[in-house]
Amino acid sequence: MPEPRPPIVELTLARMREFTREPEAIFWVFVFPLLLALSLGFAFREKPPDKIPIGIVAGPHANERLAALRASPVLLPRIVSEEEGKLALRRGKISLLVTGDATPVYRFDPTRPDARAGRIEADDALQTAAGRKSIFKSTEQHVSERGSRYIDFLVPGLLGMNLMGTGIWGVAFSVVNARMRKLLKRLVATPMRKRDYLLAHIFSRIGFLIIETVALVTFGWLVFDVSVNGSLVTFSILCITGGIAFTGIGILIASRARTIEAVSGMANLIMMPMWICSGVFFSYERFPEPVKPFIRLLPLTALNDALRLVMNDAAPLASISTQLAVLAAWAVLTFLIGLKIFRWQ
Amino acid sequence: MTEVSNLAVSCVGLKKHYSDVRAVDGLDLSIGLGECFGLLGPNGAGKTTTIEILEGLTPRDAGDVTILSRTWEHDERELRERIGISLQETQLSDKLTVIETLTLFRSFYRRGHEPDELLRDLSLDEKRNARVGKLSGGQKQRLAVACALIGNPDILFLDEPTTGLDPQSRLQLWDVVARFRAGGGTVLLTTHYMDEAERLCDRIAIVDHGHLIALGTPKELIAKLDAPFIIEFTSEPHLDENEIRAVTGCRGCTRRGDAWQLRVDSLAVAVPQLMGAIDARGAKLVTLSTHAATLEDLFVSMTGRELRDA
Repeated sequence: MPEPRPPIVELTLARMREFTREPEAIFWVFVFPLLLALSLGFAFREKPPDKIPIGIVAGPHANERLAALRASPVLLPRIVSEEEGKLALRRGKISLLVTGDATPVYRFDPTRPDARAGRIEADDALQTAAGRKSIFKSTEQHVSERGSRYIDFLVPGLLGMNLMGTGIWGVAFSVVNARMRKLLKRLVATPMRKRDYLLAHIFSRIGFLIIETVALVTFGWLVFDVSVNGSLVTFSILCITGGIAFTGIGILIASRARTIEAVSGMANLIMMPMWICSGVFFSYERFPEPVKPFIRLLPLTALNDALRLVMNDAAPLASISTQLAVLAAWAVLTFLIGLKIFRWQ
Repeated sequence: MTEVSNLAVSCVGLKKHYSDVRAVDGLDLSIGLGECFGLLGPNGAGKTTTIEILEGLTPRDAGDVTILSRTWEHDERELRERIGISLQETQLSDKLTVIETLTLFRSFYRRGHEPDELLRDLSLDEKRNARVGKLSGGQKQRLAVACALIGNPDILFLDEPTTGLDPQSRLQLWDVVARFRAGGGTVLLTTHYMDEAERLCDRIAIVDHGHLIALGTPKELIAKLDAPFIIEFTSEPHLDENEIRAVTGCRGCTRRGDAWQLRVDSLAVAVPQLMGAIDARGAKLVTLSTHAATLEDLFVSMTGRELRDA
């Protein structure tokens, strides 16, 4: 008879088998994040800035103004009637309306940045056409470096969000399902150690975390040329610590819940603030200064910040120690509290 | 102390209440090593609460529990190694196969059976690689019992092991229990099936509303009935209770729906008298049946209710 494997190994294997035999879970964990990255990546892909639409009120000077404004590479002028132009301006179809007889009058909403830019560009073009000479010839340098594009911001954010979602859902659903089936009660009727059951969830999560992280990072690299600039060891330590922190939160959420509805509500309640505040799609720098220290204590903020540092700025392990400490604290506290208050029946 | 060490399970003054319901109300039980003991009673009698307290899964309000001369408070891990449990309504993981499930449970025990051998013993070897979700009710229940047996326990606790199973699956499970006993094992099971209790158990405790209402071997219990035979009949129109009680040797009667049930000393005396009473009333006999008293009849006579739908 072969020596039986230790319970922690059997429990981890069982958890992994259950998960891979659930086709929906495969979709949400592995396919969905890739689709999300693909659609967002294309929506925010690099493209030349839109030209600013400008209306010129028909009149004696209209044609010469049209020619002058067409000379500017950033303007998109057209001739409109006065009534038509005012309507278009109000509806935002044009950013600026040029009227006036001998000297131009600019009608625009000064709170709109493109309208202000349009006013400066249009005035410059008309002045130049009227014969104004530049005092000196300036030149332009356009910047679009890897690491500073929106997609470079987005991919680490999506990775962090995915690790959060799969960590919390993967554990919470499985535990509550086992509780509803009275399987937890059956397991504690054996000599199984309770912490082994919860540790098995963490170990199986680490296994899947490696697969989903490799998939998403490879995808970002092949499709959007986003790569991990920092050390892969640092990157791996970070992803695993983050994954364990969210698994701990999943265990805590599932520790008392008796129904799938209860655990879904609780998981959404906990994840919602992090979707908004933790800088997945946009930077949390816009939030007021007094709340930022709290935002930085959220596990997803810590993970996203550190992921961006490692992926984009090639930060070494030492420089993400604060974020790692935040994640480790979440992991240990949630696991211990979850184990303590866990409802086995 | 020899007396104590011969006991597999004992409890004294066991009490448990849920909000305002007294699920178990002062129960004393002693189950000897090697014995098969049945807790018999209708749904809600407190059987499951009792067995789960004895299994160390449900805390009790009062009373003492001793399992294999040990207590849950001091020796939980040791006891978990030595008992096997099949809960009522546990659903094992649908996504795992039979052998994976059994191998998982085997890993929890220091000693125990080889999973493949146990599958052969329980006629589950053909389903070795089938997912648990694809098994029939009887196969699932046998797997549940296999998980209880995998650690080669001294005591097997089975909570309603055959409820909802087809007759063939019940027979297969009875066979499993009989073989476990043949190996010296002790069994505590709950059931609301008379025939199951009569066939499997050395001794039976009948419980109702958390109380012990009768205890003994199946034969002793039936002997407790004041009358050994039962007559059931319906007539058009119905007879009144005093007309029935007038039958010689009638020890009692109960009305259920259209039917009257009489407990009598002798069929030879009672049946002709009953026919006479029906004739005298000018009524017509619609149905008539008689049988030797069973545990079911004992329960009805003691509580006025039936076991299965009480």
